[in-house]
Amino acid sequence: MTDLKQLPLRAVHAAHGAKFVPFAGFDMPVQYAAGVMAEHKHTRDKAGLFDVSHMGQVLLPLGADAALERLVPVDVIGLKGGRQRYGLFTNDAGGVLDDLMIARRAGDLFLVVNAARRDHDIAHLRATIDGVTEVTDRALLALQGPQAEAALARLLPEVTAMRFMDVAQIGWQGAELWVSRSGYTGEDGFEISVPTDRAEEIASTLLAMEEVLPIGLGARDSLRLEAGLHLYGQDLAEDISPIEAGLTWAINKIRRKGGAREGGFPGADRILDEMENGAPRRRVGLRPEGRAPMRASVPLFAAPEGGAQVGVVTSGGFGPTLGAPIAMALVDSAVPPGATLYGEVRGKRLPAAQTGLPFYTPTYKR
Amino acid sequence: MKFTEEHEWLRADGDTVTVGITEHAATQLGDVVFVELPETGTTVVKDDEVVVIESVKAASDIMAPLDGEIVEVNEALADNPGLVNEDPLGEAWFFKIKANDPSQMDGYMDEAAYNKMIG
Repeated sequence: MTDLKQLPLRAVHAAHGAKFVPFAGFDMPVQYAAGVMAEHKHTRDKAGLFDVSHMGQVLLPLGADAALERLVPVDVIGLKGGRQRYGLFTNDAGGVLDDLMIARRAGDLFLVVNAARRDHDIAHLRATIDGVTEVTDRALLALQGPQAEAALARLLPEVTAMRFMDVAQIGWQGAELWVSRSGYTGEDGFEISVPTDRAEEIASTLLAMEEVLPIGLGARDSLRLEAGLHLYGQDLAEDISPIEAGLTWAINKIRRKGGAREGGFPGADRILDEMENGAPRRRVGLRPEGRAPMRASVPLFAAPEGGAQVGVVTSGGFGPTLGAPIAMALVDSAVPPGATLYGEVRGKRLPAAQTGLPFYTPTYKR
Repeated sequence: MKFTEEHEWLRADGDTVTVGITEHAATQLGDVVFVELPETGTTVVKDDEVVVIESVKAASDIMAPLDGEIVEVNEALADNPGLVNEDPLGEAWFFKIKANDPSQMDGYMDEAAYNKMIG
């Protein structure tokens, strides 16, 4: 049994009544005194502060952009300075090894990867790229919600000029903060990389503001589910292609068939073929008819009785903004889009309507 | 009132026992969003899973604390599962069971012993 890693802000979490759970090797706050439902709604109404220091922060030399393109179906070479883009590491079978953020800054490329895939991703990068540096002396915070800009602008007036997916390095009282206008909630907001020894000071300053509450992993999950955002290990995996996962939009035109830098990433044959000819499965949203949540791994059927399984829930739970259960699922492409599906929950098949995604329309500041 | 190690409370009225969960349990569960109740008339054996509670975080089961027959369930929880958080010891009772052997109650804790257990 390995010891859980502690977040640099553990004392701040504890002071706000955090309940801790193990997640990706870290002892993480799953909720605070307010509880998941209240935290979720607070983030949608005002501003929530998340400690996401468990995520991996990685720097690459600027000259590694072409090498990085050989690992992701994304236009990295054409990414402008001061901008960030969503990316995917694919495998030779056309599945997904991880999803990540890629930012081009004045002096380097800055990547943020999932905690559970950090060691994997760094080894994967180092196999073909020189100068891969893991950032180990920084915490990562996210401030999300309609009042996030007003709150952060009290410390960093520069952020009001940033648009969705802009990145900037901004000085604050002797510390350099790495700010991006992005997040994992469907709300406008920011992700802020801060020197570990200043993290508590910045978090406490933000939490002292009337509109800011600390938000745990529980609400992080329900917020991203409502926003239709993928969780690696559930909605994305090595045996799910980006096309099946509904991430065609993330494959930039220049890397698609007919593009100037077509293909050239792992699994390109399958992925580009699925773009043209369709994938065996597709991602759908589900709205269960009753109140019972359909959680990850609930099997889906086309009929209330009998018949073969036609899909599986990849993420599911309760959507506080909708006041109802919601889920994302992978279903066979042969399933008609309008058809009612039946999720088998505790031995009973319960009806669920297929819906588009997301459940909650993001409010990014574009 | 008696308490089980599974954080249920039991209130006896003759051989009919009303069952709910404690405030401690409701707090641990977090916001309850769904309650699945047994059907009235179901015969149960102690430790049968009879109720499913889903919170925003996870699903948990409630076990029958006694052998007997479910004689009434709290339909209000189907429409308003949040009652479990608002009034766990009162309005959010789950079911009433007609006990085959009310002396099965004797094995459970009193309030002082339960409070000691949850520290």
